[in-house]
Amino acid sequence: MLSIKNLEAGINGKMILKGISLEVKAGEIHAIMGPNGSGKSTLAAVLAGRDTVEIRGGSVTYMGNDLLQMAPEDRSKEGIFLGFQYPIEIPGVSMVNFMKTAVNEHRKHKGLPQLSASDFLKLMREKKEMVEIDSKLANRSVNEGFSGGEKKKNEIFQMAMLEPKLAILDETDSGLDIDALRIVANGVNRLRRPDNSSIVITHYQRLLDYIVPDVVHVLYDGRIVKTAGKELALELEEKGYDWIRKEVDNQN
Amino acid sequence: MQVCMENDQDNIINDITSGEYKYGFYTDIETEKIPKGLNEDVIRLISKKKGEPDWLLEFRLKSFRHWLTMKMPGWANLKIPEIDYQDIIYYAAPKQKPAPESIDDIDPELKKTFDRLGIPLEEQKRLSGVAVDAVMDSVSVKTTFRETLAELGIIFCSFSEAVREYPDLVKRYLGTVVPHTDNFFAALNSAVFSDGSFCYIPKGVRCPMELSTYFRINAANTGQFERTLLVADEESYVSYLEGCTAPMRDENQLHAAIVEIIAEKNAEVKYSTVQNWYPGDREGRGGIFNFVTKRGICRGDNSKISWTQVETGSAITWKYPSCILRGDNSIGEFYSVAVTNNHQQADTGTKMIHIGKNTRSTIVSKGISAGHGQNSYRGLVKVLKNASSSRNFSQCDSLLLGDKCGAHTFPYLEVDNQSAIVEHEATTSKIGEDQIFYCNQRGISTEDAIALIVNGYAREVINKLPMEFAVEAQKLLQISLEGSVG
Ligand SMILES: Nc1ncnc2c1ncn2[C@@H]1O[C@H](COP(=O)(O)OP(=O)(O)OP(=O)(O)O)[C@@H](O)[C@H]1O
Ligand SMILES: [Mg+2]
Repeated sequence: MLSIKNLEAGINGKMILKGISLEVKAGEIHAIMGPNGSGKSTLAAVLAGRDTVEIRGGSVTYMGNDLLQMAPEDRSKEGIFLGFQYPIEIPGVSMVNFMKTAVNEHRKHKGLPQLSASDFLKLMREKKEMVEIDSKLANRSVNEGFSGGEKKKNEIFQMAMLEPKLAILDETDSGLDIDALRIVANGVNRLRRPDNSSIVITHYQRLLDYIVPDVVHVLYDGRIVKTAGKELALELEEKGYDWIRKEVDNQN
Repeated sequence: MQVCMENDQDNIINDITSGEYKYGFYTDIETEKIPKGLNEDVIRLISKKKGEPDWLLEFRLKSFRHWLTMKMPGWANLKIPEIDYQDIIYYAAPKQKPAPESIDDIDPELKKTFDRLGIPLEEQKRLSGVAVDAVMDSVSVKTTFRETLAELGIIFCSFSEAVREYPDLVKRYLGTVVPHTDNFFAALNSAVFSDGSFCYIPKGVRCPMELSTYFRINAANTGQFERTLLVADEESYVSYLEGCTAPMRDENQLHAAIVEIIAEKNAEVKYSTVQNWYPGDREGRGGIFNFVTKRGICRGDNSKISWTQVETGSAITWKYPSCILRGDNSIGEFYSVAVTNNHQQADTGTKMIHIGKNTRSTIVSKGISAGHGQNSYRGLVKVLKNASSSRNFSQCDSLLLGDKCGAHTFPYLEVDNQSAIVEHEATTSKIGEDQIFYCNQRGISTEDAIALIVNGYAREVINKLPMEFAVEAQKLLQISLEGSVG
């Protein structure tokens, strides 16, 4: 589904991703962990098409297409969803209008007719219940004045509305209470299908109790320095990143 | 209702494919024009062409003589090129039978023109519930639903007809709100105004349909100087809308209008404008100079005047729809969205003059600047000595798209009564790249993202427009901002 080869990228001339290779097959869940500033969000931004990140080398193939050539909105319509680490507020734009525009753009792309207003509201209600998001939130402007946790839940709600093929969740679990964590995990698990995949970026192994990953990667200083099964998350939680740091230093 | 609005919003977003000015065509129709230039003879000629009574000619001449003593105002935050007032044609009229009796007497080319503008002159084709006075260049072409309205005693006709048929009413109110000495452009208009609309709502009548005037400039080298006079007698209500468009031309054209509104005791007037004069091209060539004086007086107690404007057109806009709140408990409102894109400039706002006791005013101004556009809000809130317990609330927001445009606010405050409460809030925001990217990531293109954000920003004002026009206005906002980012 997704194949990243030797990806190098930077921001404002500073090298951040220093040769990343990653293979995500259909149906897999990958977890990416790693210390602050190691480049996790930058990687997510590259995949979503943020143009402030400069690509220096390497390639990314998504479902057989050159992902780096695609416009961000086309990536979305082709099934890539990014749950933002810091969701953006858009004052004055209601969640209803925002989501309706998004859903209908996706439908248009698939050659489906636009949803009628009542069908759309029905869909919204259904998904709201699924992610147990407060009804009132959906009537407000996009993320405006939402609490940290509410913003994260809203990302999952949007994911449920758009039903992506590849969901990239950037620390969607940070700042969530236990109940919300379970809801977020359920959201991801419900999307889990043999033809869907997820990349879950997190600092906490507790999320991985709910969302059981097939593979765990450690991103350190712009490189994937370790890849293993889910037990790696436990080990990291116990020991921190120091031993990784030492391993890397020894290799150099 | 809600649901249906939302559907329309979708359609709008889907509709928009190109940012061209859609009304830039020219109608090739035989037009009667007088020679360029301005002097007393020209004024006499205009007056004669319209078969006016002497008192009106006197009003014109008095205005002209006063105008000669005045200078163009320089205080606005605008760069206005030199205007040669002798290089303008002050009267141009599409040739047609003197007073078309029925729709069949109207030149088919004229009918076609207004059809293309979405303003069919046949009553059966109109949105039910909207009566139109269609003005092309210096004359009114047709006023629809006159008879229907007349049954209620409502007078709705062209200004020229009003002068002929209701001279006393016109004489009683003309120039009482905007005197001929008011300002340079008002004096000019008072001297040379050619046509416009007249409306009188009798005591106790709620006008059952929207009244509207559609102004079209067609002829080249002409100026348009129309006048609207709207009188709402005691206990009456009317909602009035004006729209305007013009062909695309490389030279600038002058539009200097006057609108006067009188609201008597317990009367309410809602006046909405969707201004879409040709704004000029991307490099700033051509476009209309829109220098307009609009003012209403709440003469009676408990009366209300509400201005709503969506200003997307014109190369330069100079316009301050104002309210004189003379009656006790009277209410003035000003809701405005003004867009300046490419090289457009706007200096617009309002004056709220509180004279009566317990008078209230609300100002909501939303400026949107893009390209090299310059957008200024200029507003005066004045509370006189006897206006006790008066209140004003002002909200002036600016939205910037890109970094070559500008937004400015000039709020003036003169309060002479201790018990008055005046509040002013202002914000400036930018459409951020991260907001656009967030939308992109959900499958929404940059153009649609801007449309969403701008519509959200302007919604408070758009919602004040009559339903039928809210959708149109929203569409306009989008078109006028197209290509402004990326
Ligand atoms: N706009 C920018 N300008 C300069 N440096 C930047 C910019 N954006 C990110 N960086 C730097 O790139 C590096 C990687 O940042 P990134 O956000 O990808 O880290 P992260 O792994 O997601 O960290 P965290 O766990 O804290 O979310 C950091 O050192 C950060 O300071
Ligand atoms: Mg991060």
